[in-house]
Amino acid sequence: METTVPVARRVSPFLLAIIMITLVLSLVSIYQGIDAYTQDKPENGSLFLTMGVTTLAISTYLLFQTKKRVLKLGMEMPPLTTTLECQKCGFKNVRDFQRGDYIFKQLEEQCPKCNEKAMSIGSIFREIKEKEKTKEPRYS
Amino acid sequence: MLTLHTIALDGLGGDSLLSWILQIVFLGIFVVFMFYGQRIQMYIMIREVEGSLFKLRMMRDEGRKMAIAAINEIGKPQVDPTAQVDRFLEYFAITPVDLDPAGIIWRLEHLLDVADKRFKDDVRLMAPQANETQIYNLEMTLGAASVLNVIYKIIRHFYLLGKKTLSLYIIMQVQMVLPLIMKEAEAHASGLKAFQLGQPIGDGAGAMVAAKLMHNYEKTKVEKDIVVAKVPIEGRTAYVLKAEGPGANVGKPGEAIKQIIEQNEGKISLAILIDAAGKLEGEKIGEVAEGVGVVIGGPEVDKYKVEETALKYKVPVNAIAIKEDVGDAISPMRKEIFDALDGVIERIKRVIRERTKEGDFVIIAGIGNSIGIGQ
Repeated sequence: METTVPVARRVSPFLLAIIMITLVLSLVSIYQGIDAYTQDKPENGSLFLTMGVTTLAISTYLLFQTKKRVLKLGMEMPPLTTTLECQKCGFKNVRDFQRGDYIFKQLEEQCPKCNEKAMSIGSIFREIKEKEKTKEPRYS
Repeated sequence: MLTLHTIALDGLGGDSLLSWILQIVFLGIFVVFMFYGQRIQMYIMIREVEGSLFKLRMMRDEGRKMAIAAINEIGKPQVDPTAQVDRFLEYFAITPVDLDPAGIIWRLEHLLDVADKRFKDDVRLMAPQANETQIYNLEMTLGAASVLNVIYKIIRHFYLLGKKTLSLYIIMQVQMVLPLIMKEAEAHASGLKAFQLGQPIGDGAGAMVAAKLMHNYEKTKVEKDIVVAKVPIEGRTAYVLKAEGPGANVGKPGEAIKQIIEQNEGKISLAILIDAAGKLEGEKIGEVAEGVGVVIGGPEVDKYKVEETALKYKVPVNAIAIKEDVGDAISPMRKEIFDALDGVIERIKRVIRERTKEGDFVIIAGIGNSIGIGQ
């Protein structure tokens, strides 16, 4: 299986260097602004502070953008619920899904209520919690 | 030194140095966008496609790894199955000639039968210790991995072609459909584990309804992996059928329905088919809708057979659809779908009461994949 696509999206060291320089310059500018204010030069102070804060905001934003994000592939195993039902007394029990489970499978285990060997799997499903559910559109 | 004070005094529109600088910058941006605007837009699109392609490749590789791990774990082969799996992922089937469409259904059916047999034989060779249910599940796992491989290769083709030709339109056409393709790929990726473990999936909603109706009744196996039970419902006799579970299997419901109608010499008052159907955005998962016609997806061979036989014997065909997302159809069954099934059974009973008389014969076919669903 040949491939021609880069293995991972790398951050360019050149871009990283520019961001770092900008970050340092913005800090210097903020320092100069504060310094100008203390030396009774508010017009210079305003300019340096405006420039410094704006550049700091932009460079910090760019720095966070370069942070490698973990890719979610959607292959995570969702938790599945298996419901066990007694065919004799109707007792129901719930547990996590186990390999080999299937709906209407007759189980060897005894019913904890009537002690009969009549347990079978009634349902297997996954439940999505309210938080995970996507917001229903207003027009639904 | 240029200060905010001087800017405030001179403004931005005067003859100040700042206004000159701003005008030159503005003119520069205007010229750059005039000549290179489309190219900049294309590079943005290429970056977007590249990001999705990277994710698709991760999915493809993970799917392949999962398939190999499942074969090693379940099938316990003597030799490393990696080469066989890679060969399987590259399989293709050529559709029949449609220039002369007469008889295309039968040619397509033959092709599908050959492909199905070939795939199952190959899985048997790869996983000699696996039982029949596991063979079906492994075939489905490999099928999902194969789909991920095909999606990745097609997107990579357009990505590389777009980069090579620097054609905006090549990149644009793939970038525009990318959200839908990614959704499909994510659905197959999430289904991989479900197929490997034999968990019921959303597509099995129809089969699950039939399983609930036929449970505790005597079943007979008919045409290719389909089980049928005679079930008394509302004073009528229903032939309830579904694909044999719990292995990943859709069977040939069309052929089974055809046989049942012919065996009864057409004396079937009603055929009801139940299947999962793609929902539109805004519709709720597990919503149920009724209609007429043959609700069978896939390559339409089965749909054709039911339509032909129903027409020949004038059997009315009704359909019940359980709405779900494409992602839900091939991932473990959601509670909303499971909860909707009792409502579907009530609808079937109501339709039978309304459309047939006591003593009549009806067919109830649960269409869909029977993975993780017994009978």
